[in-house]
Amino acid sequence: MSITEILFWGLSALALFSAIMVVASKSPVHSILYLIVVFFAISGHYVLLNAQFLAIVNIIVYAGAIMVLFLFVVMLMNLNAESEPKKHRMMQFAGLISGGCLFLVIISAISDTQHASNMVQMSTGGDGLIKNLGKVLFKDYVLPFEISSVLFLSAMIGAVVIGKKESPPTPKGGDL
Amino acid sequence: MEGLGEARIMEIKWYIGLAVALFCTGIVGVLTRRNSIIIFMCIELMLNAVNLLLVAFSKMHGGASAVVQSNPNVVSDAQIFVFFIMVVAAAEVSVGLAIIVMLYRNTHSVDVNFLNRLKN
Amino acid sequence: MVWLIPVLPLLGFLINGLGRKQVSKTMAGVIGSGTVLASFVISLLVFMQLNGGNVPKVAFHYFDFINATALKIGFDFQIDQLSSVFLLIITGVGFLIHVYSTAYMHDEEPKDFAKYFAYLNLFVFSMLLLVMGANYVIMFIGWEGVGLCSYLLIGFWFKNTNYNMAAKKAFIMNRIGDLGFLLAVFWLISKIGSADYHTVFANVSKLSVTDITGITMLLFVGAMGKSAQIPLYTWLPDAMAGPTPVSALIHAATMVTAGIYMIARSNILYTMAPVTQTVVAIVGLATAILAATIALKQNDIKKVLAYSTVSQLGYMFLALGVGAYVGAVFHVMTHAFFKALLFLGAGSVIHAMSGEQDIRNMGGLKKYMSITHITFLLACLAIAGMPPFSGFFSKDEILAAAFAKNPVLWGVGVAGAVMTAFYMFRLYAMAFLGQFRGTHEQQHHLQESPKAITIPLIILAILSVVGGFIGIPEVFMHGGHKLEAFLTPVFAQSNALTEAHHLSHSTEYMLMGISVAAALAALVFAWSKFSKYQKTEKEEAGLGKVLANKWYVDELYDTIIVKPVLSIAKYFSNIFERKGVDGFVNGIGKAVNYGSRQIRLLQSGQVGAYVLMMVLGILLFFIIQLFL
Repeated sequence: MSITEILFWGLSALALFSAIMVVASKSPVHSILYLIVVFFAISGHYVLLNAQFLAIVNIIVYAGAIMVLFLFVVMLMNLNAESEPKKHRMMQFAGLISGGCLFLVIISAISDTQHASNMVQMSTGGDGLIKNLGKVLFKDYVLPFEISSVLFLSAMIGAVVIGKKESPPTPKGGDL
Repeated sequence: MEGLGEARIMEIKWYIGLAVALFCTGIVGVLTRRNSIIIFMCIELMLNAVNLLLVAFSKMHGGASAVVQSNPNVVSDAQIFVFFIMVVAAAEVSVGLAIIVMLYRNTHSVDVNFLNRLKN
Repeated sequence: MVWLIPVLPLLGFLINGLGRKQVSKTMAGVIGSGTVLASFVISLLVFMQLNGGNVPKVAFHYFDFINATALKIGFDFQIDQLSSVFLLIITGVGFLIHVYSTAYMHDEEPKDFAKYFAYLNLFVFSMLLLVMGANYVIMFIGWEGVGLCSYLLIGFWFKNTNYNMAAKKAFIMNRIGDLGFLLAVFWLISKIGSADYHTVFANVSKLSVTDITGITMLLFVGAMGKSAQIPLYTWLPDAMAGPTPVSALIHAATMVTAGIYMIARSNILYTMAPVTQTVVAIVGLATAILAATIALKQNDIKKVLAYSTVSQLGYMFLALGVGAYVGAVFHVMTHAFFKALLFLGAGSVIHAMSGEQDIRNMGGLKKYMSITHITFLLACLAIAGMPPFSGFFSKDEILAAAFAKNPVLWGVGVAGAVMTAFYMFRLYAMAFLGQFRGTHEQQHHLQESPKAITIPLIILAILSVVGGFIGIPEVFMHGGHKLEAFLTPVFAQSNALTEAHHLSHSTEYMLMGISVAAALAALVFAWSKFSKYQKTEKEEAGLGKVLANKWYVDELYDTIIVKPVLSIAKYFSNIFERKGVDGFVNGIGKAVNYGSRQIRLLQSGQVGAYVLMMVLGILLFFIIQLFL
């Protein structure tokens, strides 16, 4: 077993375990922390695939910014204290079964295809490096890039409008 | 990492398996939990599973000479795509969390079952 | 100019029908009669032209009635010798009856009076359409039109339920026949691709024996309904519920002869279908005999005349069946004269008797109503076939043709003629001879009818007497049969196919002698028996009772057709409709209601449930796509 394979299996196991813990743990804070672990493991996979740029962006954006946002929300609202009421046992069971079925169906479908044993080139190729991606991004994809900045701006404004405290009732509309 | 091992290749089915497992875990989370923040996190998890699979496929096609000949940028295109998915996800999270905060402020709960009337 | 003939009565109908609340009685009468008179004058001109051998044009095309690529049916008229004879009968007799009606219907409200004339004009219009049409479709329009007018006029006094029932009976019986007619026309169009007489008769050799027999049979079913033959004759006696002039015009002189006209028009088809001809002859003869036997025992003056009409129509069909088309048309004409006269005379009597129709309550009317009495007597002599009245010539021609075909037909026909003489003179003797048997009040009102009634009677009486001279048989006078000479072109195609039966002169004299002598004997017997008639309370017994009850045919139809149909209808309306159809429809409603109430539960508003459904849906799609 080569070291690449060992790393792959290790990272996979970590990601899966953490993902299950995200779903299973009672406290939202624990869930968030496990999710950060999942993101780190996925970033590790990116590195194995020689996509360093994505690995870094994943850590910075997801594990860093987004998950901190989640943490803030949970902490500020003191949600951790709230004990989540149990769902219907039947409902939980149905969710588990249908999720499992979906997994089995997709796996069995894909394992039948002739492309299942195509090889993935790991640790090779310079396409995933920052220098290369930067060129592509600012040459071929400059318009989508600019548009995504507009998207960010509007998302920001939207978040501010939604999150504003108790806006005075508008003359026309009734209260919420 | 060069020189550490002979085998620098992996069969695609393992990546698919990993991604599908993560995705289904996310689905089970959405189905079984009632806390809207955790549901939201599960959605992020599913999104990441898809990202991982996209990158894995790009590396698979990057190794196939036939595909590379028709489109030399196949790997970088895929990774730019993932980049944009992350951008959109970030925007989505900011708005989504704002909505959850708003909900909490109005109902003092983040339980999705509490919101079963879809009005008022 | 020909188009004016039907359009004028239509105008009269529109004016009287739409303006029935505005026009006065005089106006309505003048418009109604005037339009028909104008049509009669034009018809007379047309006849003159044709008679002079001066035929500029036979077919007139006005517009396309149906135009569907392969099938073209024009709104065409055809004026030839046959239709011109019918035109004269319809407009001539029609005009006289219109005039008569102005007096007869005088007690009606002005509104109803105008409505009556509107219906009468509409009838004349339809009848003219029927005989003038140049194809079977136009004929069918007229055919339906006269059926409708017959229904409207029988039920003219629609406040009486029995009259309405009679109207419905007439309409439904006619519908049965009309279906046969319609099927025959469809059959013709599908085989020949046209309904034009000209095209059909030219291509008749293309039809197979089955086709031609089927078509003629179905056409004959149509004729059975319209011309009241067995088994569809029972509506005609009931149709006497209408006003008497209507009975005279529609149910004696014109509409019921539509079947004769149609078969005479299609003579070539019938000549080529010997099976159908035999059926026509037998049905006609059977009807003639059956109706005559029933007429022997009827006491209602109009019922006797009605059954007599059915019987005479039977003779006409006998003539058609043995191939004597000219004889049939001849008899239609003479019958129109004397039967219209009989009905109008009966109307005059009923008018004088203040609505009384039972001859047992009449008697001795000779003293009070001399004109009615004389004209009625002349008509009775004509229908009984006494020479030299018109009925003698036409009936004799039919019987001679029947003898040439088969002596048995002749024998039965003569028996019918004897019965005709008997019941007609029974009627005459009971009504006009002996002592008056009505109430004192009726006697007080007895008087001769006004001029508007008596003048048509006199004109028709003259026609009944002399009408036969246009058809004097060969034995009496060479070239005396002017009608036959006139109609020859119409029947030329048929005559070419059949060998002429020439009876020797002595045979013909003998036949005439026998039938006249037998009829005369019956006449004298009836005269002597019933002129001293006294009312008795004695019930009829035996065969007499059966005859008085019309062989129980109405009861038979009631039992074997009407009652089962009604019970099936009751079953359908009570069980099938309520439980089946309603149950089904309501069941759908209930099922949808129940289902939606259950499905509504799915819309719980619970996000988790929605997501679960979504996942299950995706799962299903995967399974279908990948494994099935």
